[in-house]
Amino acid sequence: MSISIKNVSKTYGSFKALDDVSLEVPDGKLLALLGPSGSGKTTLLRVIAGLEVADSGTVLHDGEDITDQSARDRKVGFVFQHYALFRHMTVAENIGYGLRVRKAPKEKIQKRVDELLKLIRLDSLGTRYPAQLSGGQRQRVALARALASEPKVLLLDEPFGALDAKVRAELRQWLRKLHEEIQVTSVFVTHDQEEAFEVADQVVVMNRGKIEQVGTPAEVFEHPANPFVIDFLGNVNVFHGRVESGKAVVSGLEVPYPNYTQEESQSASVYVRPHELLIRHQRNGDTSIGAKVLHVNPAGSRIKVELQTVDSEQLINAELTTEKFDELSLKPGELVYVSASRVRVFPDGAV
Amino acid sequence: MPAEAAVGQLDGDVVAPALAIPTGRSTKAPPGTRRRSQEDPAWVRWSLTGIALLAVGLLVGVPLVNVFYEALQDGVGAYFNNLFGDPDTRSSIFLTATVVPIAVVANIVFGVAAAWAIARFSFPGRTLLTALIDLPFSVSPVVAGLMFVLIFGLQGYLGAFLRRDGYSIMPYLISFVAVTIAAAIYLLLRPSSPKARHGHWKHSTWVIVGGGLVLFAVLVLVQQRLGIWPRNASLKIIFNTPGLVLATAFVTFPFVARELIPVMESVGPDEELAAISLGASGWRMFWTVTVPNVKWSLVYGIILCNARAIGEFGAVYVVSGHIAGQTDTMPLRIEKLFQEYNLPGSFAVSSVLMMMALVTLVAKSKLETKVPSARAR
Repeated sequence: MSISIKNVSKTYGSFKALDDVSLEVPDGKLLALLGPSGSGKTTLLRVIAGLEVADSGTVLHDGEDITDQSARDRKVGFVFQHYALFRHMTVAENIGYGLRVRKAPKEKIQKRVDELLKLIRLDSLGTRYPAQLSGGQRQRVALARALASEPKVLLLDEPFGALDAKVRAELRQWLRKLHEEIQVTSVFVTHDQEEAFEVADQVVVMNRGKIEQVGTPAEVFEHPANPFVIDFLGNVNVFHGRVESGKAVVSGLEVPYPNYTQEESQSASVYVRPHELLIRHQRNGDTSIGAKVLHVNPAGSRIKVELQTVDSEQLINAELTTEKFDELSLKPGELVYVSASRVRVFPDGAV
Repeated sequence: MPAEAAVGQLDGDVVAPALAIPTGRSTKAPPGTRRRSQEDPAWVRWSLTGIALLAVGLLVGVPLVNVFYEALQDGVGAYFNNLFGDPDTRSSIFLTATVVPIAVVANIVFGVAAAWAIARFSFPGRTLLTALIDLPFSVSPVVAGLMFVLIFGLQGYLGAFLRRDGYSIMPYLISFVAVTIAAAIYLLLRPSSPKARHGHWKHSTWVIVGGGLVLFAVLVLVQQRLGIWPRNASLKIIFNTPGLVLATAFVTFPFVARELIPVMESVGPDEELAAISLGASGWRMFWTVTVPNVKWSLVYGIILCNARAIGEFGAVYVVSGHIAGQTDTMPLRIEKLFQEYNLPGSFAVSSVLMMMALVTLVAKSKLETKVPSARAR
């Protein structure tokens, strides 16, 4: 079922949680709402679920206006960050709750519960209580419970936030596989960029109650729409310079920027990802910045190098492959020259 | 003391030693036994325990035993005669057994409603309501009783009206309650989804308002026509059972609410929201999710409310007028028997109250494991 959100706004007292937000969620897709705390992503999710009522705007499920419907009438499954399992019911009773409430026949409930227990690989734990399960197991039960009454939409509110890193990684992959199997329209909220990229078909970047960009993970990463998006997704180095006549200039470093063809120079911010920086021992013409190597961090598959520019004493974070690093054999204190293979430029003041 | 610490300990709690003894102090621990530096030496433990036991024994244990001793002093036959042979004592037992259940049930309803509103909603006046709930604790029971006398007594604000034609408010009161219950039942039976409502369900607001008014008028007229309630008769609240119920209910009001509010706040609304998202109606969610989560705290609150209601003296004293055989509850009867120098009699009734107190204590300790706040009391 496709979801359509049109011009939804929600204010809590003086705090604007959602500011005229519009979004289309195509049928069968897994969408991530990504953003920092306070960006409005959880509020938006709850408005879709019907657990919050928007001050203005409409919510449509498959073209039908359900803005006034309460949560229990929408066919949504909701998974809470802290599981919200019914603590005095067994796992099987938890999963069957939605069907019991809708007065389904006992055999049907039993069959469905068994089916789901098998799906979440907790077959033998049907008679346990939530307190006797681990965090990862509880979250799987919460998911099964949400899926039991075959909802048209599955909504997850930071589902793996309360789990430790290894369990989180496992459940992420499991969710992705589950989605491929069941193909139900899903929206989940996260502040973890890695999680959003790994799991989702589409990513919605939100900030301060507004949507900054919507796109596939590759799109938002490679073609960020504005400074917030590029800054939020992954590490980035920011240089302050100017744009003029088709190029961007940052104290010695010159990069072509065909979007700006005016003669007048305008101040701009130049963003470079750590792995898009090139380091050389010799100056390459005029298009590089002199910098001193401060610190080398060899952890992981890439070597992280911290540098400081000679002119402005600005800190630069670079990432090199092990081969490249071995080639250069950098040592702290060395003077090198930094240029960029790729930049993104946002003139200051422009969107 | 170590056992206490174990019961109260949760994951991550730090067990604080009851008494910090500097490790430099010498103790007479036999060589070869490992002594933890945090454990108090034996003589300290034993002397503290001994003092505590002595205090409890003197202040509580001895009077407790004495009550039963004095009650049974003239023999078992005289004991039962004191309790059931005397008509005034009989009626006091009956009166307590009438007043207390009504007050407790009323407070359960108010307590649950108040806790629900305070823990789950924010509305203007919420803080005030929370403060008002604690008011009966801070007011002296005698003052509470006096308050009711001032409102409902002969010289009180409503006194003259009640005396003249007090029963005339009854048709309205009864009809109002009946209409409210009918409206509640109607709303419960109404299909929840706006689309599923056909016929009269579709215009349910009008049905309730219109139907409610009509039902109200009809009930009032019926009651007045049939003359169910006496005309021009005095509706006595003070110096009568209704006053006793009001005073007892007022004084025991906070117990249920105060137990429920922290528990409901700590459990949080997530489970209830989950139930709603799974399709449960408000009523269903209340019974299948909310109540089971607060079950033990609710029972504990009811037990406390009950115990206090049975033993209430001051407020009931003022409101009842202390009329033997009519408005004396058990505590008042004990006092009257004592004033008449009927010691065996007063101790006999006291022993009944004492037994109820012991039952309450046992129930309370059974609940200690399930209700965190029980441990603190």
